[in-house]
Amino acid sequence: MDLLLDQFFNLEIMRQVLPLLLRGLGMTLLLCLAVIPLGLVGGLMIALVCRSRHRPVRWAAFALVDFFRAVPPLVLLIFIYAGLPFIGLRPSPFLAVCLAFFLNTGAYYGEIYRAGIDSIGKGQWEAARSTGLSAPQTLAHVVIPQAVRNVLPDLVSNTVEVVKLTSIASVVALPELLYAADMARSVTYNPSSLVLAAAIYLALLWPCVRLLSRLEHRAGR
Amino acid sequence: MSGLDIFLDAFFNQKVIDKYLPDILWGMVVTVQAALAVVVTGILAGLLLAAVRSFHIRPLNWLIVGFVDIFRALPPLVIILIVYFGLPNVGISLPSFAVLWLVLSLVLAAFAEEIFWAGIASIRKGQWEAARSTGLTLAQTLAYIILPQAVRLTVPPLTNRTIAITKNTALGAVIGVPEILMQAQTAQSFSGNATPLLLGSLAYIALFVPVVILGRWLETRFAWDRA
Repeated sequence: MDLLLDQFFNLEIMRQVLPLLLRGLGMTLLLCLAVIPLGLVGGLMIALVCRSRHRPVRWAAFALVDFFRAVPPLVLLIFIYAGLPFIGLRPSPFLAVCLAFFLNTGAYYGEIYRAGIDSIGKGQWEAARSTGLSAPQTLAHVVIPQAVRNVLPDLVSNTVEVVKLTSIASVVALPELLYAADMARSVTYNPSSLVLAAAIYLALLWPCVRLLSRLEHRAGR
Repeated sequence: MSGLDIFLDAFFNQKVIDKYLPDILWGMVVTVQAALAVVVTGILAGLLLAAVRSFHIRPLNWLIVGFVDIFRALPPLVIILIVYFGLPNVGISLPSFAVLWLVLSLVLAAFAEEIFWAGIASIRKGQWEAARSTGLTLAQTLAYIILPQAVRLTVPPLTNRTIAITKNTALGAVIGVPEILMQAQTAQSFSGNATPLLLGSLAYIALFVPVVILGRWLETRFAWDRA
């Protein structure tokens, strides 16, 4: 039991590495600030292209979404970070992570928006158009606000996944929370720093998970 | 070399393909093994937890909800690193494949429990009462009346979640599981060429595009009416 406490909940080590981890947390939050809006905007673009009047455009959009949903985000990230330098492009870790997230989470957000837009009845379009709104105005002021409300739990759930996913940036040496914790582990030979990082993730995301649970059960009833 | 030649040499190098394709294919076998093992244990464990939760035993339910919340909130890579680097320090040494399987199974179990539980909770109380009044026991009611109806509702969300979590087998590369990404990275550093990374991505596409399309089909087939 003492061994367990010493190895996983070593307060002395946690106290030492806390400043390092907090700096890592700062980078994680900065990353979230960059990739969540990127994904939300990219997803909306994809969802709109998926509704194009032209069949080839629509199919290309669906193919792209399925493609990026099939490739694990870590594989995409490594491909961008380690593969592109071979043709002379050298993205920084931050840029590589942003690009990978834009492509991957954009595809997921796109699917959610698409489901939301599909859930709005045709009558809403017709009614809005008949009041003299143009098609883009109808989309922006009538359809999208209702669509977003219908899929809000899924949007929140996906955003939680995106925040969790920023931990893979540690693999390309971006000094975010997990990277800092793993550095601390290799210096102290003690995994307590990883447990502390887990506690920080938990503090950040547990309220969201609780909220989601509530939303889901209300929807299920 | 022209731009196109550089591009072709970096990503479609025939010599590199010939040399490292077998490694990538072997990586696909490992990925499939890990994915199947995770799907089976994760979903069964999730179903079991949801079934236990429907008996409404207070202390047990707190434990289950706590477990589910923690594994839904933590990034899988964090848990993998804690288990992989932590357990040997307390005298338990697991091979990296076992760590990957164990952690992803627990994560899938947590999500699956939540989805199954939402399904069970959506079945009206009258179903329980009617079944009990015909003389079925609580366990029989759950097994023959509630779960068959609940599981139907859970197919689309469960499929999507399962696909997302099985793709996390790529995280195994970080702790040295010889799956596709690990093989591709190793081959890339030995060959000094990006072709293996492209092969690895194609291997994932070959494995997962059919599954993603299947998921899309299931979604329309078993559409979950939230109203």
